[in-house]
Order: sequence, then C-alpha cells, then structure tokens
Amino acid sequence: MAQTGTIGDKVFRTILVIAAAIILVIVVTIIFMMVWNALPTIRNFGLGFLTGREWIPADNIFGALPFIYGTVVSSLIALVISVPISVGIAVFLVEQAPKKISTPIGFMVELLAAIPSVVYGLWGIFVLAPFVRDYLGVFLEKYFGWLPLFQGRLTGIGMLTGGIILALMITPIITAVVRDILEVVPTQQREAALALGATKWETTQIVLGNAASGIAGAVILGLGRALGETMAITMVIGNSPQISASLFEPAYTIASVLAANFADATDEIYLSALIEMGLVLFLVTFVVNAFAKLLVMRVGSNIKHA
Amino acid sequence: MANRELSLHSRRKLVSSVMTTITAACAVLAIAVLLIILSYIAIRGLSSINLQFLVDTPKPVGEGGGIGNAIVGSVLMTLLACVIGLPIGIGAGVYLAEFGENLFGKTVRFLADTLIGVPSIIIGIFIYTLIVLPMGRQSGLAGGLALAIIMIPIVARTTEEMIRLVPNSMREGALALGAPQWRVTWNIVLPAASTGIATGAMLAIARISGETAPLLFTALNSRFYNYFYDQPMASLTVQIYNYATGPFDVEHKMAWAATLILITLILAINILVRFLTRRRF
Repeated sequence: MAQTGTIGDKVFRTILVIAAAIILVIVVTIIFMMVWNALPTIRNFGLGFLTGREWIPADNIFGALPFIYGTVVSSLIALVISVPISVGIAVFLVEQAPKKISTPIGFMVELLAAIPSVVYGLWGIFVLAPFVRDYLGVFLEKYFGWLPLFQGRLTGIGMLTGGIILALMITPIITAVVRDILEVVPTQQREAALALGATKWETTQIVLGNAASGIAGAVILGLGRALGETMAITMVIGNSPQISASLFEPAYTIASVLAANFADATDEIYLSALIEMGLVLFLVTFVVNAFAKLLVMRVGSNIKHA
Repeated sequence: MANRELSLHSRRKLVSSVMTTITAACAVLAIAVLLIILSYIAIRGLSSINLQFLVDTPKPVGEGGGIGNAIVGSVLMTLLACVIGLPIGIGAGVYLAEFGENLFGKTVRFLADTLIGVPSIIIGIFIYTLIVLPMGRQSGLAGGLALAIIMIPIVARTTEEMIRLVPNSMREGALALGAPQWRVTWNIVLPAASTGIATGAMLAIARISGETAPLLFTALNSRFYNYFYDQPMASLTVQIYNYATGPFDVEHKMAWAATLILITLILAINILVRFLTRRRF
C-alpha cells in the first residue's frame, strides 16, 4: 500500500513538474526564436537600426527610431492622463466610498479591462477620433495652440487620440494595483491620523505617502501595458513613420507596425527587421514588468513588517 | 484667535471635501466611459444585426455578408487553446501551489508573471516563426497555439492562488488518515478549489476570445467556412478589425454588429464569474 503511494506520488509529481517546465520552455523558446530570426538585421545594421530615422522597406532602409518615438510618446500621454485618474478612483474606492458603493463601482471599473483591444479600436475610430477632431483638438488648439504640441492639421487620427485610447485601457489596470496596495496599508495608520485630528484628505495623504513605491510600481505596470498595446492604437494612431512635435499628427508604434505589416513581409530581411523590433518590444516590456513587480512586492512586505 | 483657528479648521475641511469630490469624479468618469462604449455597441450593433448576418460568410461589398465562419473559427481556435492550455496551466498552478517553494518553482512563477505581461503580438510573432514558417502557411492550429500560450500563465497563476486558499488542515487530515500525497492533492485539494479554478479558466477564455493581435498572422483570415486546423481560419476579432478599418459604411455596420456578439459573450462570462466568486469560502 505504501509502495503504490510512493510510485503514485512520483508519477503525479513528474506530471506537474512537466506542466510547470513547459512555461519555462515557452519563455526560453520565445527569446531564442526571436533572437535567431532577428540576427540578419542585427548583423547588417547593428545599432544603426535603433537610431535610424528612415523606414523604406522597398529600398532595404530600416530605421526604427520613429516607431520607438511613437511607442514612448503615446505611452507617456497615456500615463499623464491615466495616473491621476486611476489613483483618484482607487482612493475613492478604498478610502472614501462605503462598501455598498465601492463594490459595484470597483466591478464596473474592472469591466473596462475586460473590453478587448479591437473593440476600443473600433470605438476609437468612430467615436473618439471625431470627438478629438471636432471638440477636444479645437479646444487645445485655441487655448494651447502656442505650444508646438497642439499645432498642425487636425484629423482626429494621430498621436493624441492614440494616447487617450491607451489611457482608457490602462486605467483599470493601474487602479486595480493601487487598490490592492492601499488595502494592505494597516488601518491603525488611518486611525492614528484621524485621532490626531487630521481630516479625511490629510489621512489619505499619509496613506498615499506610505504606499508611494507601490503606486510607482502600479504606474510602471501600466506603462508596460501601454508600450505593448497593439490593436486599438494601430486603429487610431494613423500609422505613419514620422517624428513630429505635434500630437495632432499621425505616428506609428512598434506594436502597430508589426500588426499592420507582418503578414505582408515576404522578403527575408524585411521580416527580420520586423522581428528585431518585436524583440526590442519584448525586452523592454520584460524589464519594465519585472521592475514593476519588484516595487509592488517590496511595498507589500515593507508595510506588513512595519 | 478662536476665529482664526476656526477658519483654518474650515479651510482644511473644505479642502478635504473638495478632494473627496474630485476622487468621486474620477470614478464617475471611468464608469461614464464604460457606459458610453457599451451603449454605442448596443445601439449601433442592434441596428445592423440579424439572423442572416450570424450564418453568412463575408461577401463582396453590397451583397450583404456575415460572420458565420468567423464565429466557427473563433470557437474552434478557443477550443484548441483550452484543450492544450487548461491541463498545462492547471498542472503548473498545482505544482506552484503545492511544491513551488524551491528555486525551480520561484523561477517558473516569475516567468509566468512576465509571460502574462508580454504583449500578445509578440506571441503571434513567436508562433509565426515556430509554426507558420515551417508549415509554409497560416493555420487554425497556429492561431489556437498562440491563444494557448496566452492562456497558460494566466490559468497557472489563478489556479495557484485558488489552491492556496484551501486550508492546510484539510491536507493534514487526509495525510493523517494515511492517504498518499497525490491522493490528497487529487481527491481533496483539487475538488475543494474546483470552483475557483473553473472561474479562473473562464476568465482566461474571456480574455483569449477578445485577442486579435496574436491571430493576425498566425490564423490569418478566411472567407469561407473552415473546419480544418491545417488551413487559415477566420475569427470574430480579426473580422471586426478588417470590417472596422475597411472603407465602406456597410463594413462598419457589420463591425459594430460583430462587436455586439463578442462583447455580450465576454461580459456574460465576467458577470457569471463575479456571481460565482461571491459565494466562495
């Protein structure tokens, strides 16, 4: 009886180890396949690939800078819009709203994360882009038109609309992480502040201060998501490889150039160039996510030990 | 003196209530965006949906057309992803929860978390280089595999969390009665965590049924009903993308109608999961 038990244990455990090992194998194979297939362009263009400003596949000229620029700027716009709103929502849900209200509202904010990217894109093309063209863009041009950011032709399709769509998509993600972090801040801290006569907002400021590094982690997590977001931004950013100071102008991101061109890339060197861009995106999001996880984990253990 | 203290006090109270209002406004804004998006889908989708649309295949502009083959393709690829992804994901999750405190377990947990954060288009490229290039063509197999890879780390991590919720006393009780480790996990722990694991699996299915980027160049698309995994396959999401970016108004209408189907499915799963998890433990 004991004998069958140990054999059964060995078999069972081996099956589980294989399942877990598959995850490891997948990640290693992804890295290997991408590096291997990007080698032709890495050899041919070296670092010039990342700093080149021209992208003319027909002439074998591959410069990734406009895509890197578009990816970074659209993600920054998204963060500027999304971070204050996300922190605001999380504070409202954890610190201010009674549970009866915060549960359904929290669920509805979570639902924003369940909407597929392509659906945001569809809505972006037909609702958000016209809104930016007819109202928001006109407003920005009128009052902030002295900034080079808000000059140029206003079509509604461009960097600004792309950034706003990304902001909508990362808001539920940042909110969820900030919520979790605020919830692990001990209640005694709030009680102590309130007992000393602090107002609700002053108490919240103390709580936010203690959770600061975790909130930074949440923001970086949102950044990682924004950098890799593909469908929605492909549909509204205009897909034009240029570096322009104006947020009204169309731009291009790494993820969207992959989505828009990968299926047509039959030429080996063109394909390799696209895969190298994918590799760049993979490495950047990998590092960003790992860093974010570290920050969020540290705040969790710090607060508990304090 | 008393007056000044009072005014300072009321100013602090004022700031506090202004800030409360602002945070509430943030929440209202997010919910407004959700409702606006959903109502656009409902209104524009309902006005262009009909039974013929649900069974037809795409046709040249002006001759109608529908998403019948796209629905079949999405179902087939999601099914393949589940057949591959659920056992691996659940197995890995059980390992992480029950034996995963060694270096191997910690590495796998970290890699699973990073894999969840990898943009799904990267998974598409990976499958393209691994399956599509050697096979020489896009296929439902490649699409299903890409979805499975997205699914595995999500299922693994939710399974792990659900199994960790099972109280240790249950394991100890069974072990004390002489049950071997594998019997304890299989007959005691897994059944106890089954609702949680199932809801995790459902959320993963909801997630992959909305994925577009990893299918673009793995499954590609198809204008016909196709039931074979070795051929290019249509999907609801890629069809929405094509219709939405097409030049004609009829296509846009079909994009909204297809979106209505997709979003109804995804919201239904999310709300069902919410309902199920409310009564656990």
